[in-house]
Amino acid sequence: MDFLRPASWGEALAAKAEHPTAVPIAGGTDVMVEINFDHRRPEYLLDLNRIGDLEEWEVGADSVRLGASVPYTRIMENLRGELPGLALASHTVASPQIRNRGGVGGNLGTASPAGDAHPALLAAGAEVEVESARRGTRLIPIDAFFTGVKRNALAADELIRAVHIKKADGPQQFSKVGTRNAMVIAVCAFGLALHPETRTVRTGIGSAAPTPVRAKAAEEFLNAALEEGGFWDNGKIITPSVAQRFADLCSAACNPIDDVRGTASYRRHAVGIMARRTLTWTWESYRGTAAHVEGVA
Amino acid sequence: MPTNGAPTKITQGSRTKGGIGESTLRPDGTLKVTGEFAYSSDMWHEDMLWGQILRSTVAHAEIVSIDTSEALATAGVYAVMTYDDLPTDVRNYGLEIRDTPVLAHGKVRHHGEPVAIVAADHPETARRAAAKIKVDYRELPVITDEASATAPDAILVHEGRDDPHAGHVPHPNIVHRQPIFRGDAAEAAKRADFVVKGEYTFGMQDQAFLGPESGLAVPDEDGGVHLYIATQWLHSDLRQIAPVLGLPESKVRMTLSGVGGAFGGREDLSMQIHACLLALRTGKPVKIVYNRFESFFGHVHRHPAKLSYEHGATKDGKLTHVKCRIVLDGGAYASASPAVVGNASSLSIGPYAVDDVDIEAVALYTNNPPCGAMRGFGAVQACFAYEAQMDKLADAVGMDRVEFRQLNAMEQGTVMPTGQRVDSPAPVAELLRRVKAMPLPPERQWESSEGADVRQLPGGLSNTTHGEGVVRGVGYAVGIKNVGFSEGFDDYSTARVRMEVVGGEPVATVHTAMAEVGQGGVTVHAQIARTELGVAQVTIHPADTRVGSAGSTSASRQTYVTGGAVKNSCELVREKVLQIGRRKFGSYHPAWADAELLLEGGKVVTDGGEVLADLVDVLEDETVEIEAEWRHRPTEAFDLRTGQGFGHVQYSFAAHRAVVEVDTELGLVKVIELACAQDVGKALNPQSVVGQIQGGTVQGLGVAVMEEIVVDPRTAKVRNPSFTDYLIPTILDTPTIPVDVLELADDHAPYGLRGIGEAPTLSSTPAVLAAIRSATGLELDRTPVRPEHLTGTA
Repeated sequence: MDFLRPASWGEALAAKAEHPTAVPIAGGTDVMVEINFDHRRPEYLLDLNRIGDLEEWEVGADSVRLGASVPYTRIMENLRGELPGLALASHTVASPQIRNRGGVGGNLGTASPAGDAHPALLAAGAEVEVESARRGTRLIPIDAFFTGVKRNALAADELIRAVHIKKADGPQQFSKVGTRNAMVIAVCAFGLALHPETRTVRTGIGSAAPTPVRAKAAEEFLNAALEEGGFWDNGKIITPSVAQRFADLCSAACNPIDDVRGTASYRRHAVGIMARRTLTWTWESYRGTAAHVEGVA
Repeated sequence: MPTNGAPTKITQGSRTKGGIGESTLRPDGTLKVTGEFAYSSDMWHEDMLWGQILRSTVAHAEIVSIDTSEALATAGVYAVMTYDDLPTDVRNYGLEIRDTPVLAHGKVRHHGEPVAIVAADHPETARRAAAKIKVDYRELPVITDEASATAPDAILVHEGRDDPHAGHVPHPNIVHRQPIFRGDAAEAAKRADFVVKGEYTFGMQDQAFLGPESGLAVPDEDGGVHLYIATQWLHSDLRQIAPVLGLPESKVRMTLSGVGGAFGGREDLSMQIHACLLALRTGKPVKIVYNRFESFFGHVHRHPAKLSYEHGATKDGKLTHVKCRIVLDGGAYASASPAVVGNASSLSIGPYAVDDVDIEAVALYTNNPPCGAMRGFGAVQACFAYEAQMDKLADAVGMDRVEFRQLNAMEQGTVMPTGQRVDSPAPVAELLRRVKAMPLPPERQWESSEGADVRQLPGGLSNTTHGEGVVRGVGYAVGIKNVGFSEGFDDYSTARVRMEVVGGEPVATVHTAMAEVGQGGVTVHAQIARTELGVAQVTIHPADTRVGSAGSTSASRQTYVTGGAVKNSCELVREKVLQIGRRKFGSYHPAWADAELLLEGGKVVTDGGEVLADLVDVLEDETVEIEAEWRHRPTEAFDLRTGQGFGHVQYSFAAHRAVVEVDTELGLVKVIELACAQDVGKALNPQSVVGQIQGGTVQGLGVAVMEEIVVDPRTAKVRNPSFTDYLIPTILDTPTIPVDVLELADDHAPYGLRGIGEAPTLSSTPAVLAAIRSATGLELDRTPVRPEHLTGTA
């Protein structure tokens, strides 16, 4: 195995173009586990840790441009206001040590259905900034990014440079079920974001389908129900039947499997519960009545 | 070598600082916390090779052929060995039955069985070379449970058994069977106003010690080998290793290296023989370190079990009878299964007085992973079931669950199902009283002025509830565990104690072969030596096989037995020192002749405190050294038909109260508090005692709500051999654990102490399950309980 250590982004792109099988590594959260388990033996490891600007972020007018290697800890500490859903998701990633090294770029690179960032990115709305030496930069909408189990829309010569995530224009929530109270891979996860500016709701489901997915039918139902009842303006409590229908549609959006972490039936059930609860929390927050929740992000 | 030289007396010894009863600090504590402690995996030797084991990829198969040629041709590879390369006719090993092949011969019987070993100059080279070994398997049907093991056409996991249990088992795929009959359960059942029955399942728990199996074998010039190893019992390893190597035990030297936890998982051999074989073959030091994945295949686990119970009671709440049948899955090799059967059967009804019992426990041979010793050893599985039954029966009778237990609690003088009369304190009702009397944590403790603190809620930082669906439950349980090796085993320990003057100070050295696996034995040995010999300075010699056996660091026995041996040897040393004193100074003071003399603060004193001489002056340049064996009272085997016999030397009791919050919609559990009350006889080191109780409590919590090795019933393959999917409690899963320590002396034991390490592991699990049942109203007849079981989505 060759260890490539580019000193700059340009060198990294050149190395990736020359060695398309090279596996990029930053925090190593996923890559090192796979190497240690001997699940993969890449010909080349492409170390991105010398490229400092991957660990930087810029807060723009409408979105945050988050460097691919910004550690989860930074997101929790510095971007809680702009990216509340992602900050909540970041807090559920593994242990403090791993949160100090791991970032969203790696999560997207692995594109596991269980990646903790994905439901939050789907709910917030995001674009993945990727680049190749030959064709330059392109932005891939998050909805088109996940193409299969642990597969994404990256070309072999492309690297993830940053993620552009819409700044929160309303409350966001993230919930994840695991079988212990910390340091656990998601059995399933759910992200929800209210977008009052566009009067829409977006969702993200993790670990309950071959890829992270949005519950589009649930979103459409809820968008229509909120519009019809004038909820965005009158700030009424969402009726339980609407919340339940939304939850059921979120469950229906799952296409889960039975595995050692949980049953398909449980995953569908739990996604529905999380959908109902996160909708309640965000809506209460939108109405301005929610209690502050301590201990998160 | 003198044996049982001095009588065991219940003295509190001298008042020397740092003696027993004080919470002296562990010498390894700071090093372990700061990461500086040298574990067995940290060892290094010049010119060292790395060993690697090739393990079976299937659970049950005939080996058609093994082709090692490509592996041998790999640059950097020094040796590849299979069964055919073993040097002697002794090619099996085993704790109780030598049924485990050092390397598979003709057949593999479980997933992950060692088939070949490789030594190379780099661990990765060794790993890749091992992967090049071609093994052609012809797969056989897998035996995975009692039905498949005892079916008329069942393949025998072991052909031609000639072990001590082969003659009395009903089927060759049953390792051992122990029935226990006392009174007449069928007749007594007629007196019962209420009868409850239950079928329970206990999942396979892993010891999950943090330091994976590892060791370093260094060839000696005389053709022998020196093995530096993390184990629980050096001499037991030695007895199994030496014959396979074709060496006398004197040529296999063993030194304990840093042990990263054990919990029973290091009672069996792992890589010991493999490292020695490769070292002797190559003439070079060989180190083997398992990674976590391999560790899950490299040691035995806790027996999963199926338990059927029937309990009866009169309307007044008195137990009439208990019938039970416990089926333990021993997996492919016997390991400690026979002794686990003995414990499970003899402790199967718990700490209750019942005269009419009908009990049977068996362990199976299957193609599942081998199971053997783990903290609690057969008593854990039984406690989970009988405590569930006690709750059910209390409810049927209409009594408070704790009062029902107290009404039926055993006490000193109670006769066990085995006919053994318990002859030391058994404060079962008192422990329940104490644990119930502790204040309950406040309701809705997650609420603060700021809102919900998710860390205090089920799901924790995963942010799954802010209080929705959360219901509190409280549950109680109590358990009984034997201490020490049982059923007539010659359970002894050896201690060598030396006393001399070094640098103008009297100093004691304690040398035993006791494996310090984190239990704090080295701390306690120094405390005992200070107490008995009145010295401030005690050196603990590294544990090795240059001194006699200390027995296993198992069965809650080390403080009792090796502690007893250290005390005994210290007393013998003291006698000798006093003889020297009498010889030198006897004529100066009449007390030398007639008073009871103690060694205290570096001086010889009367029990009234009068100083007779300085130890420095008594000893001058003389060295007093004694090595002696010490045994606890002998026990008896259980009768094979009736289960009667004085089988256990001591019993240990703990009670728990669990308080849980359950998210009833998502099936997630947060254990808020696990209060424990335990009788420890005498706390030699109170802080260590509390640490053991808290540790055992958490291990019991683990198997209540998350810890389980999942084996595919179709293939008998392990599905979750990693810490990614075998979950153990984190600090956020660990509740507050208030501990109430009771000290009622056992007159038979050194200082009156009681072995403590296992009892808290027993009652923790059923207390948590009872609390979850009380929160959800569900039956929950299996552990661990998973979210699917609480939400009807299994």
